[in-house]
Amino acid sequence: MSLLRYESQVRPPLVQGNKDYHQVTEDICRPVEAKPSKLWWIGFLISVAFLGFGIFSVTMEVMYGTGQWNLNKTIGWGWDITNFVWWVGIGHAGTLISAILLLFRQGWRTGVNRAAEAMTIFAVMCAGQFPIWHMGRVWDAFFVLPYANTRGPLWVNFNSPLLWDVFAISTYFTVSLLFWYSGLLPDLATLRDRAKLKWRKFFYGVASFGWTGSTKHWQRHEALSLVLAGLSTPLVLSVHTIVSFDFATSVVPGWHTTIFPPYFVAGAIFSGFAMVQTLLVVTRKVLGLEEYITLEHIDVMNKVIVLTGSIVGIAYLTELFIAWYSHVDYEWFAFSQNRVNLNSPYGWSYYIMMGCNVLSPQIFWFRKMRRNLLLTFFMSILVNIGMWFERFVIIVTSVYRDYLPSSWSTYYTPTIWEVGFYLGTFGLFFTCYFLFSKFFPVIAVAEIKHILKRSGENYKAKMDGVENQSFDDFSHDHGHDHGA
Amino acid sequence: MPVKKFVVGNFDDEAVLFPAVKKVRRAGYKIHDVFTPFPIHGLDKEMGLRDTSLHVAGFIYGITGTATAVGFITWALTIDWALNFGGKPYFSLPAWIPITFELTVLFASVGMVLTFCWLCQLAPFVKKDHFNPRSTDDTFVMALECTAKTNEQDAINFLNGVGAKEVSVQYRETGWWLGRYDKDNMKFEKRELAH
Repeated sequence: MSLLRYESQVRPPLVQGNKDYHQVTEDICRPVEAKPSKLWWIGFLISVAFLGFGIFSVTMEVMYGTGQWNLNKTIGWGWDITNFVWWVGIGHAGTLISAILLLFRQGWRTGVNRAAEAMTIFAVMCAGQFPIWHMGRVWDAFFVLPYANTRGPLWVNFNSPLLWDVFAISTYFTVSLLFWYSGLLPDLATLRDRAKLKWRKFFYGVASFGWTGSTKHWQRHEALSLVLAGLSTPLVLSVHTIVSFDFATSVVPGWHTTIFPPYFVAGAIFSGFAMVQTLLVVTRKVLGLEEYITLEHIDVMNKVIVLTGSIVGIAYLTELFIAWYSHVDYEWFAFSQNRVNLNSPYGWSYYIMMGCNVLSPQIFWFRKMRRNLLLTFFMSILVNIGMWFERFVIIVTSVYRDYLPSSWSTYYTPTIWEVGFYLGTFGLFFTCYFLFSKFFPVIAVAEIKHILKRSGENYKAKMDGVENQSFDDFSHDHGHDHGA
Repeated sequence: MPVKKFVVGNFDDEAVLFPAVKKVRRAGYKIHDVFTPFPIHGLDKEMGLRDTSLHVAGFIYGITGTATAVGFITWALTIDWALNFGGKPYFSLPAWIPITFELTVLFASVGMVLTFCWLCQLAPFVKKDHFNPRSTDDTFVMALECTAKTNEQDAINFLNGVGAKEVSVQYRETGWWLGRYDKDNMKFEKRELAH
């Protein structure tokens, strides 16, 4: 068979510079093997401080009950569930990049998939905190599990979207973790075999499970990755679909819409990619990985952002149109008065959502803007602010005015402990990310080597001869075995 | 597992390794294994390894998950404690699809990863002999097992002839043992050579 790995020179290289396999290992392992910088320590300690404040806020809530939050009789879900949906949404990009793009054979995923998967896992960890601590009596949290109890046994309600959520989020977390870690094994083995210090040999030796790189193991590893990708693809779509069912299966005006599943999934990819951009624009700079996470990668991800942002925009307009077209008074009231009306108590949040999610990403139609790092970073923050407000709009503006005007609630603002809990999850997220970027390779080393001879800059440059060859000559040279 | 004697060839380019594997097999040498830093498509076929049936195992685990979910929910909500949710039928299958799907994926994934670790003998604190630590970096390592009939010098010359950059003779444990990579402990070090 022919060993030629050819990719048109029209397609920009995914690995820049003059690299060979060893150089790839060196470049990606260097930040892991170096001592943590001062900047790393500052970032890490700030994250831990936020995490500490979060733990304190949650402690206050557990000690004195959910009364510590400003939830009231119509707004039973406020910042907590807004934050839950927001974090779950962010946790969708990693699996999308690693699974769906693997099935679509997108070579550029190799530069960003490892960090994105890690981010997914941390985001889902943060998301899980909110429904758990929202329970109030958190020591009874295990009631959501179908276990043989002494009350009958009385089983959980398998027909309830909230229970579907329990299964969806826990399955998603488990599968993402397995996918991420099984992919990490070969890279951890690389670090183990390079290790000079004793603790490194020990740590990476244990963590790499005794990986050797045997051909049979690689064959199984490939099969495993492919099937896990095939399983994760419908899984990632199902998770946010089920999160949207929490709302869509209820009869609350503003929630009871069939458009929710695709609309939520598009929003999840949108916010997830924004978070990947936030992290990677900084990571590539600080760890000196610009040749692996190139402007090309940033450009492609910005294209995904403008696509999904526009899908979300169409969804906003569709639900607005349908609210009017349906002639359901309550539905139309929820949209026209509670959301679109700028003078209503929460009207401002609807316009923040529209501005950040629908209008601002349109700037990425321009190639120059997609390749502007500062703008990308700024936009990624803006998109995530917008996506937070999307969930806030959906949740709060739908429930703060009930069917009965006499039970309309007063203006809802969070208490310091609600805000603290949210900041605490940022602390958790960034603490995990800082540890990850220090102790694990942030780029999949083996996968970069796999695409190096096809997409590496120096290898592509050597393809001039092939590029100028006629099709017949090409197929004669490479189409069959010359008995080499 | 016994300690065996190997002739080990190190290659620095997969384009050289590929034809080398073919020639070595044609010449009748027994390839113990080839260690590579990244997956090389087609190398398993070239070495005559059969396809993995890991995906079949995954399918069976998945079906088990589906059956578990449908079976358990049916039993819990129609037989063990039938609850009336707003007058809906006890056996309300459409509402169970999400959980059934999640359990299918969960069983298939967890089962496959565990099977993968079992087949490849991967676990924390498992240690294996490594022919060349650079095989996880940039070197492709082909290990030929020395059987009773093998002429060692011939094998070395042959590997040099097919493009190996460096050839050595090594005695290696072929199995795994519990150990740590920071310590040079070897459970079977007293074992003698198999032949």
